[in-house]
Amino acid sequence: MTQPAGPIDAEQSRDIRKRWLLSLPALLIILVAASGPLLIVLLYSFLTPGPYGDVAWRFSLEGWIGVVLEKDIFDDTLSLADAHVSIFLRSAGLSLMTTVLTLLVGFPTAYFIATRPERSRELWLFLITIPFWTNLLIRTFAILEIIRNEGLINTLLIDLGLIGRPMQMLFTDGAILVGMVYVYLPLMVLPLYASMEKLDFRLVEAGYDLYATPFRVLRRIIIPLVKPGIVAGSILVFIPALGAYVTPSILGGGKNLMLGNLIELQFGQGRNWPLGSALSITLMLIVMVALLFYVRNAGSQGARHG
Amino acid sequence: MKCMTATMALTAALLASTGLARAEGELNIYNWGNYTSPEMIKKFEDEYKVKVTITDYDSNDTALAKVRQGGSGFDMVVPSQNYIPIWISEGLFLETNPSQMENFKNVAKEWVDPEFDRGRKYTVPWAMGTVGTVVNTDVYKGDINTWAIIFDTPDELKGKVNVVPEMNDVMDAAVLYNGGTKCTGDLTILKKVRDTLIKAKPDWVAMEYGTVEKMGSGDFSASSDWNGSAFRQRLKNPAIKYGYPKEGFVGWSDNLAVLKDAKNVENAKLFQNFMMDPENAGMNSGFHRYANGIAGSDEFMPADMKGAPEIDIPAEFAGNAVPSMTCPPEVQELYTKIWTELQK
Repeated sequence: MTQPAGPIDAEQSRDIRKRWLLSLPALLIILVAASGPLLIVLLYSFLTPGPYGDVAWRFSLEGWIGVVLEKDIFDDTLSLADAHVSIFLRSAGLSLMTTVLTLLVGFPTAYFIATRPERSRELWLFLITIPFWTNLLIRTFAILEIIRNEGLINTLLIDLGLIGRPMQMLFTDGAILVGMVYVYLPLMVLPLYASMEKLDFRLVEAGYDLYATPFRVLRRIIIPLVKPGIVAGSILVFIPALGAYVTPSILGGGKNLMLGNLIELQFGQGRNWPLGSALSITLMLIVMVALLFYVRNAGSQGARHG
Repeated sequence: MKCMTATMALTAALLASTGLARAEGELNIYNWGNYTSPEMIKKFEDEYKVKVTITDYDSNDTALAKVRQGGSGFDMVVPSQNYIPIWISEGLFLETNPSQMENFKNVAKEWVDPEFDRGRKYTVPWAMGTVGTVVNTDVYKGDINTWAIIFDTPDELKGKVNVVPEMNDVMDAAVLYNGGTKCTGDLTILKKVRDTLIKAKPDWVAMEYGTVEKMGSGDFSASSDWNGSAFRQRLKNPAIKYGYPKEGFVGWSDNLAVLKDAKNVENAKLFQNFMMDPENAGMNSGFHRYANGIAGSDEFMPADMKGAPEIDIPAEFAGNAVPSMTCPPEVQELYTKIWTELQK
């Protein structure tokens, strides 16, 4: 019994070994290039800040304590770091709003593309990717030119006599939101399109044949079927939005900080690398929890719909 | 095969051409943004056949943090005088002894032996100026020679004031505004400083460096700023005036040094010497609009700089100038904490 199994087993294990060996370079790169820097960040978060930035090699929990608690400069009393909390909340709120707005704009766009004849779909998709050709920084500065006090919108409204003085749009949370929606929209449209393309439109027709209203068809047929696309798009938008740095620093004017800017500050003028490291890891943990929540939620919903 | 030889020939040609470009030498300068005259760099490149690359930084802290990590690839840097003792004590500068260089004779008397670099062992003057206020006087007609523009913002300017987020400049201004002396460690004063800053921040629209462009375009109506920047704004809009706060204002200088891990040391030394030539220094001033500490450079500056109120401090305000210096580490730590609290 064991004799015929032997060579097959040996062949199999050789095969498995070969696969491992072949994927070893990729695994090594992932391990070194992805985990290595993260381990350094983790290590730094437990050290003492050096005098002019950098770290001193003494163990300290101050960085982590600083994430949630702050010590008063003058009487050393501890209190909740409400400044950090409000920046966390602003980041989460803005990212959530970005996700919702990109979904609202991206959903009809993806639906439009998916319902075009097959030949012209390529062209529409191609148009969606055009913004990626230009550097993020340049696209953000372009928005700045549109919304600034002597920018396109204000000049136009003043010339039309609708307003007397320029509206303050630049350097507000609204400016950051507009910028992020613009930047992240393609990341929502592409996965949405991918799952809509697979949508069986006969089901939509069947729905109408059974006298369902358009809204009902959307809610009961289309949305459940393209749910994987919605989840993927939301994740692709929400996560980078949470750590966004360029858009808030240009359109927010360095005053309305988001998490990315708060972290950067600790490595520059704040001169507190351990706190910056601890904040980075906190951001990662939040993203991980949000991801788990998304995936689990999507999974159970999918199961219910069969 | 034919294709392959063609590719090889092309590669060889490319290698040869890059090799040629390199043979003449390079120089990598790490400097503040918008601070180096392209015309002057062109002149240096032509004179010495050196290819110059300039990389920008926006604050002393950024420059220090980046270079301290090593391997930055830069040859020269231009820190402010209050940071220079840190750069020296951290061993980041190469001792090039500019005082022994041919053009050192041109350095103005008051900059020959400065406190921050005794005997000029490391640095060459780049520019010097003051920190004050800029105000668009079409928007606000009141007194602009006061830090109250920033810290007790008048109604007309509320929501239109920018603060240049250079930590030491803002902290110095707030300390002087609260009646303290530069580098004070007095906790009662510093507590007032913190309260002043936290109370003032909601009236600010932004904390940005790009004032020349944004004051000119009307995105800001007032800002804390450096004098040369104020000069360039006035050229764009004559209503923009520079204020010398009566509570006191800081006079500073930025100085050009060679880094210890520089790869192009000889070119860097040539550039230090080049910068002490009145013609070159004057040309640079014509661009960044600050004084430069090189005697005789005035005649090479554009005519509009002579007697400009931003460059020559009017006699009535000269007494309020306070020299920039390095604060003791324990004071600096307090400043940093207040600054971080403000930034949240």
